[in-house]
Amino acid sequence: MTDAGKPGRTLIEATSKPALPRHIRMRHDRARDRWVILAPERVLSPDPIAVAVLRLCDGGRTVAEIAEELSRTYNAPRDQILADVTSMLQELADKGVVKT
Amino acid sequence: MRKELACALAPVGLLAELTHRCPLQCPYCSNPLALEQVSDELPTEVWLDVLAQAADLGVLQLHLSGGEPTVRRDLEDIIARAAKVGLYSNLITAGVLLTRERLEGLAAHGLDHVQISLQDTLAGNADRIAHYEGGHAKKLEVARWVGAAGLPLTINAPIHRQNIASLEGFIELAVQVGAQRLEVAHVQYYGWALTNRQALMPTREQVLHSADVVAQARERLKGVLVIDFVVPDYYASRPKPCMGGWGRGIINITPSGKALPCHAAETIPGLQFENVRKQRLRDIWLGSDAFRKYRGTDWMPEPCRSCEFREIDWGGCRCQALAFAGTAAATDPACAKSPHHQAFAHLAEVEASEPASAFVFRRPRARAK
Repeated sequence: MTDAGKPGRTLIEATSKPALPRHIRMRHDRARDRWVILAPERVLSPDPIAVAVLRLCDGGRTVAEIAEELSRTYNAPRDQILADVTSMLQELADKGVVKT
Repeated sequence: MRKELACALAPVGLLAELTHRCPLQCPYCSNPLALEQVSDELPTEVWLDVLAQAADLGVLQLHLSGGEPTVRRDLEDIIARAAKVGLYSNLITAGVLLTRERLEGLAAHGLDHVQISLQDTLAGNADRIAHYEGGHAKKLEVARWVGAAGLPLTINAPIHRQNIASLEGFIELAVQVGAQRLEVAHVQYYGWALTNRQALMPTREQVLHSADVVAQARERLKGVLVIDFVVPDYYASRPKPCMGGWGRGIINITPSGKALPCHAAETIPGLQFENVRKQRLRDIWLGSDAFRKYRGTDWMPEPCRSCEFREIDWGGCRCQALAFAGTAAATDPACAKSPHHQAFAHLAEVEASEPASAFVFRRPRARAK
């Protein structure tokens, strides 16, 4: 018998390095001209902000670095962006769409 | 025409019933009572072409089902094609015929997700329900191989009166075998489950209790296990949006190639179903009578027509309406606004209160030659 280890909730912090797990795919849906996240038995349609965040979730960047980059791109206050991005990624982590 | 295109833009999911062959004999199987023959099954090349057409049409997710899809020796080719055309592939399997090597091979061909059904958490009862000795132990072994192969796993738990006491055990077991997702799916009464309804129907109290157990587990296992909960609509007051609405989101293809709006649609007399051997998927989806018949809201009678929920539940289930109200266009008896609703709920209460009758196991019927 294999032991997968004690499972736990993924918690998103400024130092976390989020990524999409292998079985989650984000791609453009040509027929409907939108972005979709494909997950087991689920199709999510992320808004443009979520798409911008998720495209930076490469497992290399930290949440703080992602927020930094977005605050430059959108010329918005870094702390506000960091708070928004953290809560968005926590929500996605709870749905199994993001891991660290 | 514009209106129809807007509502019928594209199906999101394709349910591919690759075969009706299955080593298990679960008495709640959603397959029709008249199981299709192996000699009528679509050849590999037709399935490969259908998948390419599906992706082109806008399908995003492919559910490989049956029967037991792993009896098809060409499953690898089918999965490879799905990956090539960008379909997210989901293998819905009993697991009992899989070897570890084959499962790893399916993953290597691009399989995205595996769903394994369990009949109970107690091996003896599970094997009794599936009528397959040793099945439960084998399923648990396969479930662990899925995680080891790097694939995500869903455990499907079809719930009824003869296993509902194990609900908390199912939740625990799903976490133990490394599943990320659990479907607590109260049996839906179509196909074989309708035949066995009396032997399967839980009481209203059992159903309400199961909802509480799920709600508590969802909170406790947030971020660990996603739990989807399907309720039996006999005790509901609003109908389910069956298949997400007729001809709206899902297309079902039978082993012989018939395209159906839902897997029980063939119980509705007078509907003509087109075959993917003869017609393009797009033409069937957009233009065939069967898909247009109950699509959208134009077909609805009162009280559905003026109901504020008509674009939420899409009128519920046509097959259930037919079975209870005598016509498929009637209001689903699961809806409190149906004149048949009281009798519908009462029937479930009476059946659940009586001792369970013997199962009629799912097996092919002997055919008259």
